[in-house]
Amino acid sequence: MNRRPEQSAGRVERRRRIALHLGRRHRREWRFRIAGIAAVGAALLFLALILLNLFREGASAFTQSKLALPVVYESAMSAADTDYEALVLGALAELLNVEPDRAQRRELRRLLSIDAAFIVRERFAGQPEPGSRELVTVPASANVDMLVKGQIDRSMPASRRPLSDQQIAWVDTLVESGALKRQFNTALFSNGDSREPELAGIRSAVMGSFYMLLVTLTLAFPIGVATAVYLEEFAPRNRWADIVEISINNLAAVPSIVFGLLGLAVFIDWFGFPRSAPLVGGCVLALLTLPVVIISSRAAIRGVPGSIREASLGLGASRMQVVMDHVLPLALPGVLTGTIIGMSRALGETAPLLMIGMVAFIVDVPAGLGDPATALPVQIYLWSDSPERAFAERTSAAILVLLGFLLVMNLLAVLIRRSVEKKY
Amino acid sequence: MHSDTDGLAAEPNDATAETSSGERAQDPCIVIRDLDAWYGDIHAIRQISLDIGYGEVIALIGPSGCGKTTLLRCLNRLNDEVEGARVAGSVRLEGQEVYARTVDPVALRARVGMVFQKPNPFPKSIYDNVAYGPRIHGLAADRAELDDIVHVSLERVGLLKEVRDRLDEPGTDLSGGQQQRLCIARTIAVDPEVILMDEPCSALDPIATARIEDLIDELAEDYVIVIVTHSMQQAARVSNRVAYLNQGELIEIGETNRIFTNPRHKLTEDYITGRIG
Repeated sequence: MNRRPEQSAGRVERRRRIALHLGRRHRREWRFRIAGIAAVGAALLFLALILLNLFREGASAFTQSKLALPVVYESAMSAADTDYEALVLGALAELLNVEPDRAQRRELRRLLSIDAAFIVRERFAGQPEPGSRELVTVPASANVDMLVKGQIDRSMPASRRPLSDQQIAWVDTLVESGALKRQFNTALFSNGDSREPELAGIRSAVMGSFYMLLVTLTLAFPIGVATAVYLEEFAPRNRWADIVEISINNLAAVPSIVFGLLGLAVFIDWFGFPRSAPLVGGCVLALLTLPVVIISSRAAIRGVPGSIREASLGLGASRMQVVMDHVLPLALPGVLTGTIIGMSRALGETAPLLMIGMVAFIVDVPAGLGDPATALPVQIYLWSDSPERAFAERTSAAILVLLGFLLVMNLLAVLIRRSVEKKY
Repeated sequence: MHSDTDGLAAEPNDATAETSSGERAQDPCIVIRDLDAWYGDIHAIRQISLDIGYGEVIALIGPSGCGKTTLLRCLNRLNDEVEGARVAGSVRLEGQEVYARTVDPVALRARVGMVFQKPNPFPKSIYDNVAYGPRIHGLAADRAELDDIVHVSLERVGLLKEVRDRLDEPGTDLSGGQQQRLCIARTIAVDPEVILMDEPCSALDPIATARIEDLIDELAEDYVIVIVTHSMQQAARVSNRVAYLNQGELIEIGETNRIFTNPRHKLTEDYITGRIG
């Protein structure tokens, strides 16, 4: 009892030191938290900047100036040799109330997309009542579209503008009369590539990417998961397993263009697969995705607790049954997440596709795995290279679509993980 | 190494000698002779010879790392699954060599079931947990028979009345004690001859532990039970015989009462009196 004062003196000093130290600890913790928030903030800021820029550039590409053209159907027009070109021009001249001479006809002609005559012809294929007036909506030319969207500087000297003063006046008249309006750009989603910006679309690229991912998924998922299962559950741990492991990890770090060269040499030269085809692209992307699938699947399989394996082994399950009945179902969320992340990487991959000819100008929408096709990122690359102002906004729009797909895929990965996850 | 175990059971001739003193199983179900086990370079079990008789609950006790669990896992060849594990010697189950080339460990484990330290039900329904063993071994011809096996097994461990209405709920949602009883039900659903229990109560509270201990008493009527335990009280409560292991060697084996009241070996006495371990 009489030693107590002495003890408590030491204790007071210790308490004081703890309190002193506590303040320092709190400040350090606070600084750490601020640094973390700043890091996240910076990342979000850059993301926002990118998205904002893309939207600013690309949002206008989702609309397209279209002209409602009143075309009169005449009975003589059933013949295949009807001059629809002249018919369209006539309707346009009537709308503008001009009697065009030769030069004016050429200028008038350039207000509309070159596709206008085809659209009218298709519209009249049903042969309506002779003399009836049809309102046919045709896309305006890219230059007119740019003017309507305010992308052409009217103060520039006429010689440096793509549109003459006369054309600008006509466009203004058409806009005022309500005939020329910005509408949703359906062509962007329903057409393949085109040299004319107002007709160019991403359909063929999207379908190409879709077929490619189909091939990639059917190859990379089963092969990757089987490899991961074998390496984790069956392979003996020895030098060979180490070599395989190192090789796979290295493969994941190989520049993607090297996979393109490999695809060119193996799939096209050796196997004789068609060039520019989603089949080859899918094979190449499967090679590219495999390491990602294998590594993430192995991690997921390794994450299944050993107690589950022992429980089923103890009941007399064979190795195969342990894997099929317990390990794989439990590893599935991780496996699927890895696969989807691998697939989204494949979707965004451009370089290897350049090597296997998927960078070609392809107008038609591919109907199968062997048809020439391009892919969404390659389409973006192609458009970004085009000089026309109208392609610039389409490039941004295509990037937005690609980002949309990526977002959906990654969201899917999260949702799958949430829904399949089980506790053990 | 034989020299330093002037002991009673480590050598076969000593073991035979013990028969007269009533400390050796009269009718052995499992006969272990000169068993060694290694994990890589670690010699986990050294020259263990031991008989386990029918109708017997035998407790393996000893300090941590003494080889109790390894010995247990040698009996259903679960050590085969461990990378770098090696076993030498002989384990015979009803006269048949367990480590013979012709024995399929999968078939062996249907005869020698196991309950683990931490309850490890599958993340499946209660029903599927119990039905898994019968399913993989093809024990039930149809759904009705499988239902029957599941119900009988759950009834046997006293779980049926608690979970009758929620057989399709995850087994992992049960309490710890219920989970462990589910694991026992899962084991007996395959109808093994031997049940190995590796510290089955170490993760459970006293009430759940008592229930499991009662259950072990009941199960002893039908199954040979080998139980590893850290609790001397548990060994005393549930077992007929106790084997004390130390550093991979079987130091002493004898009837439970005798071991706890009159240990013959110094190491055993030190352990049960709490001086080591």
